[in-house]
Amino acid sequence: MSNINTIYTIWLRDIKHFLRSKSRIIGSIGMPLFFILILGFGFNSIIQLPGMEEDYTQFLIPGMIAMSVLFTSMFAGIQIIWDKQFGFLKETLVAPVTRFGIMLGQTLGGATTAFIQGTIILILALIFGILHVSSFGSFLIAFGFMLLIGIFFTATGVAIASRMDDMHGFQLIMNFVIFPIVGLSGAFFPITVLPSWIKPITYINPLSYGVEGIRYGLTGASLINPLICFIVLGSFAIFMVLLGGHLFKNIKV
Amino acid sequence: MPAVSVKNLTKQFHELCAVNNISFDINQGEVFGLLGPNGAGKTTTISMLSTMLKPTSGTATINGYDIIKDPDNVRKSIGIVFQDPSLDEDLTAYENLDLHGRLYGVPKNVRKQKIIELLKLVELDNRKDDLVKTFSGGMKRRLEIARGLLHDPKVLFLDEPTIGLDPQTRNHLWTYIEKLSKEKNITIILTTHYMDEADRLCGRVAIIDHGKIIALNTPSYLKNEIGGDVIVIRASNIEKLYSLLKQPWIKNVTKHDELIYIHLKDAEKHVVDIVNLANKNNIEIKSLSINKPSLEDVFLHFTGKTIREQEASAIDNIRIRRRARNK
Repeated sequence: MSNINTIYTIWLRDIKHFLRSKSRIIGSIGMPLFFILILGFGFNSIIQLPGMEEDYTQFLIPGMIAMSVLFTSMFAGIQIIWDKQFGFLKETLVAPVTRFGIMLGQTLGGATTAFIQGTIILILALIFGILHVSSFGSFLIAFGFMLLIGIFFTATGVAIASRMDDMHGFQLIMNFVIFPIVGLSGAFFPITVLPSWIKPITYINPLSYGVEGIRYGLTGASLINPLICFIVLGSFAIFMVLLGGHLFKNIKV
Repeated sequence: MPAVSVKNLTKQFHELCAVNNISFDINQGEVFGLLGPNGAGKTTTISMLSTMLKPTSGTATINGYDIIKDPDNVRKSIGIVFQDPSLDEDLTAYENLDLHGRLYGVPKNVRKQKIIELLKLVELDNRKDDLVKTFSGGMKRRLEIARGLLHDPKVLFLDEPTIGLDPQTRNHLWTYIEKLSKEKNITIILTTHYMDEADRLCGRVAIIDHGKIIALNTPSYLKNEIGGDVIVIRASNIEKLYSLLKQPWIKNVTKHDELIYIHLKDAEKHVVDIVNLANKNNIEIKSLSINKPSLEDVFLHFTGKTIREQEASAIDNIRIRRRARNK
């Protein structure tokens, strides 16, 4: 019971932060939106995806939603470094609550804000008329995968932040973790076109399953069976929450 | 039952013994000071007492709960104001307190009422809906004190509460701390390296240096113990006065240039005797001053160094500890 209370308290803080940082909301919508507009309109008429009926913009939108969820959630997890530097982390760590509760609250908070970001992109795509969705159930499937991506990557952010003392290493993570994950997830192009020696990497990339899952929801077609996507990404998420929770438990302030 | 009871508490960081086998008891309602230079082991002690750091050996009880066996109940029993700020600057004053109340399981109706009451106590009730990042250093400190009190702790830790604040704000804060201790009868443990702060606020002080307690008593006792007061006199015939001052209540007399230094206890009581003695012998006293020893003198007496000199060497200890912690 007290754990639920802790989770809610930390979650509430994240939501308040999110709603107050208008620039962050607009900033993180920017990149995926520009990708959709520039790449989508630029390549739409030149690219014919092998074995697919839909146009490139339709293909790209689920990937960009997944990407914006990834950025926001990863960032939300890494925020713990700032809490460390500004001292607030001490306040939560000395409270009579479990550290796992704090970590879970942070994870769900980050996942929620990331989910909201992804939904904004989704709604914008609908408003611009560049996304055509047939049924309400499609949204629910997409929402489910967005939440799972959010949970996995916030937990990853927490895990990294638990081992980092300042933001100096952030660029490193950006270049060597985040960009390869996005690039090799099938967000920009179908993973089937990759050379066979790279393909195994896409199959151990959790985001691949998220992208394909959202794509199945929104467009009705995917390269990986959605049920497999759900099971694999769900397992990744549970594993990362446990690992992040373990690392956070041993965090030093 | 003492509010805090520390037994043989020790913390070793690799080659450095940050806290070396310290023991003391603190009574309910007492304001207890841990006084020493930076790097002496004060914050390490507080970290162990607040269950943030595991002792190498020894233990302590707070409000009857053991810090090692029962950390959860210890955490519920204490409020803490850290040396460095620990507020969420993107939340308002009210929200910071509300978050704290939720984490400590303070029920909603009690929480609301207590937050308003405490914000009034620290005179921040008119700024309650402002973001903390717009607050001054002193206001943040006061907010942190209010936060530390929200869950009705039995013991309040204040780690260097006035460090980095201007003299006026320090004075203001001291008044709050005095008010707190009087009105709430809460036990306060305060660490400081300001002698005047310890002298003004603390009922008893433990002087800590290189991780050891080198003296523990009331400030006035400690000051008396090192030889009491000094009366300095400038007089017309100091040779004669000097020879007259062989009295049983005088500890020691020395001459320097035109001045006589008289070391004694209870200077106020005996100053009249000295003046009378001079008058009777037709010696004109040109000036007279009574110097009370400060805790700074006490520190000098026990360590052979002033607190500033000691700080220079203690900085090295902080470096060693940082390195040890990062390993």
